[in-house]
Amino acid sequence: MLNRLHSRKKIQLVLGLVTGMMFGFLLQKGGATDYDVILGQLLLRDFTVVKIMLSAVVVGTLGVHLLRSLGLARLHPKPGSLGMSALGGLLFGVGFGTLGYCPGTVAGAVGNGYLDAILGGVVGILIGTGVFAALFPKMRRPVLQLGDFGETTIPQLLGVNPWVVVVPAAAGIAALLLWMHKAGI
Amino acid sequence: MEWLAAPRWSPYIVGFGIGVLSWLAFLLSDKPIGCSTAFARTSGMIERAVRGRKVETKPYYRAFPPGVDWEWMLVLGIVIGSLVSSLLSRSFRFMWVPGLWAAAFGNTPAARMAVALFGGVCMGFGSRWAGGCTSGHGISGTLQLALSSWIASICFFAGGIATAFFIFRVLGG
Repeated sequence: MLNRLHSRKKIQLVLGLVTGMMFGFLLQKGGATDYDVILGQLLLRDFTVVKIMLSAVVVGTLGVHLLRSLGLARLHPKPGSLGMSALGGLLFGVGFGTLGYCPGTVAGAVGNGYLDAILGGVVGILIGTGVFAALFPKMRRPVLQLGDFGETTIPQLLGVNPWVVVVPAAAGIAALLLWMHKAGI
Repeated sequence: MEWLAAPRWSPYIVGFGIGVLSWLAFLLSDKPIGCSTAFARTSGMIERAVRGRKVETKPYYRAFPPGVDWEWMLVLGIVIGSLVSSLLSRSFRFMWVPGLWAAAFGNTPAARMAVALFGGVCMGFGSRWAGGCTSGHGISGTLQLALSSWIASICFFAGGIATAFFIFRVLGG
């Protein structure tokens, strides 16, 4: 039944829109569509963004792995390499610090009326992705495949059942959040 | 229904909601929530409108064909969801320069726009280089315990923190 739902293209477009609307609603309510909140996080003054992300990861990790164990969901880990994940990640970070939004929150910031998000952010991201598409063939071999590790997950890397990592990871992140809350961070 | 009009919700409630949303995305759509691929597809659609169908033969656009898909609709949905939330709490406003930026560098829109555009270019290029963004790697990838996503997310924040400190402590200090 789920496979049939997944292959219904029009229904999936509607589901994407509805999922996005709920996501955008939550991001705005959390303050994550604000430049000041995101920069507050990167300047280590306001930990709202990290609290949102880590709470989502705790809840998401437990639920998605449960769905997977019940045979109701498949994982889709992204491929990576040191050249991709580390170098690309650092450049993304430079963009994160200068733009003050990310590709998801910039869309939320547009909905919030922020003009630097649409005229600076969205336009800039479209230019950046377009330039990457042009340079991709030249970067593939020398950079993107450097230190390639594919779609490995941490449990696969350790050679253990996913739950051996899921439970301690979720508990550890939850403990960190509790500590941050108690310490007034 | 006052909670729908509240300007802010607890970050833990918001995070819980996004976590549940990730279950629904995996269950109903067989997709992790992500955003940056939609920008790459849009860029491809714009390039195709200008340069014609030969754009579709570029290796990158063969892997990520220009067009509207689930994720593209998700990004559109984010705009609408945030608009609804900000209207309900009366926090919707047109703003050129964010407060924190204005306090350090003044209220001139041109300077903020130039820096935002530069940041956007780095982010667009970097997100495709790393293969994901703060949603696709930072939330959906880390919750799947993907090695690529944990490395990328740590680097997103390392680069972001270093850049923010450089801008506000060195240039704006």
